[in-house]
Amino acid sequence: MVEKADLFKNGKRLDGRGPKDLRPLKITAGVLDRAQGSCLIEWGRNKVLAAVYGPHEVLPKHLADPTKAIINARYVMAPFSGQEEHGRSGPNRRSIEISKVAKHVFENAVLVDQFPKTMIDVHMEVLQSDGGTRVAGITAGAVALADAGIPLRDMPVGISCGKIGEHMVVDLDKYEDNLGDSDMPFVILPRTGEILLSQMDGMLSREDISQAFDMIFEGAQKVRNMQIEALKTSYERMATHAAEGGQNQ
Amino acid sequence: MILEQIKQGFIRELAEKAQREDGRGLLDYRTISVQKGFAPNAEGSALAQIGKSKVLSGIKFDVLAPFADRPTEGVVMVNAEFSPVAHPEFRAGPPGENSIELARVVDRGIRSAKVVNVDNMLVSEGKVQGIFIDLYILDHDGNLIDTAALAAMAALKDAKVPKFEDGKIVRGSNAGSLPLKDIVVSTSFEKIGKTIMVDATDAEEIASSGRLSLSTANDSLICSSQKSGSAGFSKDEYMQMVEWAMQKRKDLLAKI
Repeated sequence: MVEKADLFKNGKRLDGRGPKDLRPLKITAGVLDRAQGSCLIEWGRNKVLAAVYGPHEVLPKHLADPTKAIINARYVMAPFSGQEEHGRSGPNRRSIEISKVAKHVFENAVLVDQFPKTMIDVHMEVLQSDGGTRVAGITAGAVALADAGIPLRDMPVGISCGKIGEHMVVDLDKYEDNLGDSDMPFVILPRTGEILLSQMDGMLSREDISQAFDMIFEGAQKVRNMQIEALKTSYERMATHAAEGGQNQ
Repeated sequence: MILEQIKQGFIRELAEKAQREDGRGLLDYRTISVQKGFAPNAEGSALAQIGKSKVLSGIKFDVLAPFADRPTEGVVMVNAEFSPVAHPEFRAGPPGENSIELARVVDRGIRSAKVVNVDNMLVSEGKVQGIFIDLYILDHDGNLIDTAALAAMAALKDAKVPKFEDGKIVRGSNAGSLPLKDIVVSTSFEKIGKTIMVDATDAEEIASSGRLSLSTANDSLICSSQKSGSAGFSKDEYMQMVEWAMQKRKDLLAKI
């Protein structure tokens, strides 16, 4: 049983990280066959799969916008993904809210006006959860969009920040999220510094919030580099495959 | 709705000059009013109005099974109803994403600041007090989050805790006011072009590209944040809104 006092001792967190350290992160693009773009993100003990379909015809049709593409974002947790009991399948109030704010992120980052009267689906499936699944999902969703060849203003990067006692820390795991004092998931565009998603619970002063921004901007740069690497690796794999005369999988 | 769509350009042009359709400054709220005890059968209630927006909050106590990992803690639940009386685009039916978002944002502010102390709310073995906070949107002219948060807080302040006997609630009884730790208020900002303004009307929200709602628990602490809409905010803009939220807090606080 983890207690709150265990979360931060002698400058180290429960899993040995310092305040600004991210958990181990692995991003793989192009992991699915049928989806136009896909990505598996393994971030700490989180595993989130993202898939992109589209641009395609808008369904239901009356939602079609003659000036831009509609984003259909869907974040959902698998019923077996948590440490606790079997969850309910499908969307709940939490996942509907997260899907909504994720949609706003992609509406901003995707050049939606290039695809009028279409819909772009971004599905984010949490297969294994360990705190920070929405930011992991959106980070993966961004890679899946790029993997699908959909133009983006920049790669959105999700990252969380929070407070444990008096300490601000970045990239909270499940214990820190549950037992800590505050949790702030963010999505930013690292190139422009724009904040596309900000949610928060807990109590934070203006100084805490300012420090949180400095920590997430620094951490986001690392995540962004791994997103780009994942896409390069995926394209290299495709190029090698093509050079060997292989059919597209 | 067509009218509001057509007005977008006009509202954006005004915003560029730091002006608004109704002549307000960018950081001015509309008239705020609160009527407590509006629905006296509820243990607490309040009708909050910001400009023409109206939200009625009702509070009901009940006896519930606790969460498995918190066997003695009371349960607070916030639900929002976007009633079709409030707006031509609201339809009856299961809650949509805007209704769920609003309820959860109001909930997070109240929960983070521990406004209601839920410790030791055991009624009898396996039963705890449940507090239902319902938010009825009755008239929608923008800024529903701030109006709803105001209604919820005023209704909590109005609430009389009933007596609990033999594991049951005694309806109509009064064991005193509900103790509240802090008064939480929400301040929502909309971004129209590059201009940020507080307390937007429905027409301004249609012209807006994004919103940031910040809840304050006192003059120096933010207790919830929610960004909505496609707009991006810079760190400087965000920190400016944090300051403004702390300043505007007193305008709302005076009405609760």
